[in-house]
Amino acid sequence: MNYADLFKLSLPETTVVVTALIVLTIGLTNRRRTGLCTLIACAGIVVAAFSFNWMPRSANFAEGMLVVSPLGSLFQIICLALAFFAVLLATHDNALADRAEFIAVLLFATIGLMLLISSDEFLMIFLGLELTGLSLYVMAGFNRRDARSAEAGLKYFLFGSTASAFTLFGLSLIYGTFGSTNLALIASSIFTAPLQPMFAAGIVMALIGFFFKVAAAPFHLWAPDTYQGSPTTSAAFIASASKVASFFVLGKIVLAGFPDLGGSAAWHGLLAGWKPVVAVTAALSILVGNFGALAQSDVRRLLAYSAVAHAGYTLLGLIAGGPSGFSATLFYSATYAFTLVGAFGVVGVVERQTGGTAFENFRDLRSRSPFLTACMTLFLLSLAGLPPLPGFFGKFYLFSVAIHSGAASTALLWLVALALFGSLVSLYYYLSVLKVMLVGKKEWETASVWHPRVPEGLAVGALAIIVALLGVFPNLLLARIAAALS
Amino acid sequence: MIAWTIYSTFVGAFAVLLAPRTWSRPLALVAAFAGFFFSVEGFFSRTIDFAHFTTIVRLPWVPVLGMNYQLAVDGISVTLCLVTGITAVSSVLFSWDVQERPNEFFFWLLLVVGGSYGVFLSADLFLFFVFYELVIIPKYFLIATWGSTNREYGAMKLTLYSFFGGALVFIGILAAYVGAQKAGSLSPLDLQQLVHLRFPVELQNWAFPVLFLGFGVLAGMWPFHTWAPTGHVAAPTAGSMLLAGIVMKLGAYGALRVALNLFPQGFQMWRHWIAILAVIGIVYAAAVALRQRDLKFVIGYSSVSHMGFVLLGLAAATGLGLGGAVFQMFSHGVIGALLFAIVGRMIYPRTHTRDIYELSKFNLKVALPFAAVAFVIASAASMGIPGFSGFAAEISILIGTWTSYPVGVVITGIGMALVAAFTLRALKGAFFSDQPQVEPAAAVLPPITLPEKCGAILLMGVTLCAGVYPQLLFDRINPALRDFRLFHP
Repeated sequence: MNYADLFKLSLPETTVVVTALIVLTIGLTNRRRTGLCTLIACAGIVVAAFSFNWMPRSANFAEGMLVVSPLGSLFQIICLALAFFAVLLATHDNALADRAEFIAVLLFATIGLMLLISSDEFLMIFLGLELTGLSLYVMAGFNRRDARSAEAGLKYFLFGSTASAFTLFGLSLIYGTFGSTNLALIASSIFTAPLQPMFAAGIVMALIGFFFKVAAAPFHLWAPDTYQGSPTTSAAFIASASKVASFFVLGKIVLAGFPDLGGSAAWHGLLAGWKPVVAVTAALSILVGNFGALAQSDVRRLLAYSAVAHAGYTLLGLIAGGPSGFSATLFYSATYAFTLVGAFGVVGVVERQTGGTAFENFRDLRSRSPFLTACMTLFLLSLAGLPPLPGFFGKFYLFSVAIHSGAASTALLWLVALALFGSLVSLYYYLSVLKVMLVGKKEWETASVWHPRVPEGLAVGALAIIVALLGVFPNLLLARIAAALS
Repeated sequence: MIAWTIYSTFVGAFAVLLAPRTWSRPLALVAAFAGFFFSVEGFFSRTIDFAHFTTIVRLPWVPVLGMNYQLAVDGISVTLCLVTGITAVSSVLFSWDVQERPNEFFFWLLLVVGGSYGVFLSADLFLFFVFYELVIIPKYFLIATWGSTNREYGAMKLTLYSFFGGALVFIGILAAYVGAQKAGSLSPLDLQQLVHLRFPVELQNWAFPVLFLGFGVLAGMWPFHTWAPTGHVAAPTAGSMLLAGIVMKLGAYGALRVALNLFPQGFQMWRHWIAILAVIGIVYAAAVALRQRDLKFVIGYSSVSHMGFVLLGLAAATGLGLGGAVFQMFSHGVIGALLFAIVGRMIYPRTHTRDIYELSKFNLKVALPFAAVAFVIASAASMGIPGFSGFAAEISILIGTWTSYPVGVVITGIGMALVAAFTLRALKGAFFSDQPQVEPAAAVLPPITLPEKCGAILLMGVTLCAGVYPQLLFDRINPALRDFRLFHP
């Protein structure tokens, strides 16, 4: 135990903490200097992302309390990038009265996510979960003048704290079985112990907290109201970075912790384990998310329900298991996160210009802003899973590993067929939004064109480029994930 | 060189999107012509080996998953690229009058064309599927934005059907991909390698029908054809031309290149069902067309009927049948595009009706003689009169099918009579009616414009050439077919 080592291994986290404290101080001393705060936050995030260069590629501190691995670093950088874009979007989000404070909370949430990723220890994972959760509750309810934002924050808090309680109880049951909170230790002692009821209950309860975080049905009920009511930037961050990190941890726990206790989710061949639990959740999410989204007339709510469906698709990779399954899940959740932040960026501009996010507010967007329309089209088509966009490639990858995983290639075919059916349904509602934007006509009172503010425009444009690049050259990300996993 | 059909079209598409409004049409024409040029160059090339599916480009794309950017070409590919080029050029010519948002219009149009070239040239299953799905969304916007009757409904229906078919194709492709991985193949998506792999019979028996059904949806296979008539009617003229000319061929080509080639045993098991559905499609669609009053619906159903011939030719599993099927894809591509062009572009904007009985009041044979001549030629080709491309295609399909399904051929004969009946009915009703001219405005219909004439002459010339000298096509198609797995069990 050496504090110099600790400092060296937690360099990115430390950088973000320091940045958050500086931003908070500036915000407290001078409320008007929000531009400076944004600048400092962006700089801090960039420095944190580059600080991975000065760290060892892999290390393990205090028996898994803090683990540095290539894969973890990659996803910490992805979370930092998402936070970076969120900070850019926050610059002109009118719902945020005290921007410096908001940015500080956002950075605290980012630290939570980084801790979630970089720990193999249940206690640390729970701490990360709570740090993220508390920050996100604040962010969801940040607009103090809006009752819906308060509703969003409260709902998120109530559901979240209950889910956290379940997770904590589950972790305590696992601890009770094995006498350890270290993932690697548990994994190695599982060979000797059969699946005991107490342990099984522990796993299922621990999973609930993560299902809540990724908004998988039936733990998704907070999502529509939170996505709709919270400030755009908060919604974007909750929907993206928080999900990526949660999928990462979920995958780490079930695939690294209990790889042999999966059982089987094959059609007519269910075996007890965590796989059937995840499979049922995935199937429910796909159905509830897609059919729920069909009935929406507000783009934010639609994105919320579609997020439930996407969580369902992403879980398929975990059910398939193995390194390829994990990498499919990670690829899909990462590309999905970039897509969704971009979509929320466009939603934010539309909301500021028209005062709402219903379909009607998007009518004839193309004649107001061809740039935003092109970006939104890209994002929505990627979500719908059409080539040459990453959503398409991600689905191909997820479904192929799912089919490949079983002993017979038809073992998980039922889930894949269900997911494909869900995609078909989803095409309809994504196209409905696109139709309003591109085909719909409207008499405008003024002939002016909307120009998004510079930071917003930069963020949305950069995200569109990232999404297009990842679609045409998925290898950019996939090769890194695969190299880190092997 | 033929790979440049894809690149020139996509580059053209983005150039059109970003160009000033007035440049969009000439640029689109240039892009379409460039693709056409490269496809003609490929068709008459002496360096391409028509007998084998030969790789022309191969670059690693996602090595972890064994995906390559791989293009290959044989006689079937060049034939279908040629029809794509012809349809692309003529559809741009026939949309010369698009005033509303021309940049976007030609952007989407060229995306459909470029994606289609990609499908016909792909030799990697994933790349094939990327191009195959790429075509879906442009179709939606083409129809929903610039379409006519009931356009949003037609567009959504067509898109969802295409996507549904795509989902089935997806499952079939995944089955092949995973099957090849389990068999230890190092390039589990390479079509040329997959062809030599013998998949387990159980896999073939369930994967083939899924895959074929998926392709069949896009090829207008009964009973999944219902998107075609409504989609064709809802589409703008260029959209109908692309749908009939190219998009339906994508399904048929996929069925031939992927489904038949990968799962020959599954095909042998299921081909009777394909033949039955094909024959029902031919007769049913022809019978429905006989009852339509809207000319576009007549042609839409005739497309379904003609695509039934393609499927019947595939089901025959003989060299003649398959060759005829490919010929019919080419032939119907040209004829279907010509028919839609005449009705959608030459007649409708001038008369503002497509109803056969309404049109009979215009005395079109006098008012629009060029359109009348073009329609006569297109109808003759569509009915399968000797000397036109339709005849060569259908006769070889029927002869090829005779040994396997004599009863099917006889029933198809009835279907051909129905085709002749509805074509003649449309021809007589719209152009050569006995009714006295009642519409006074008929005398001053605007004349046929130059781009329209050019497009129509191109299409008529091609159907005549292919009809008079079908050997030109068969010389390229048949050697390629001889190389198919089906004939080397």
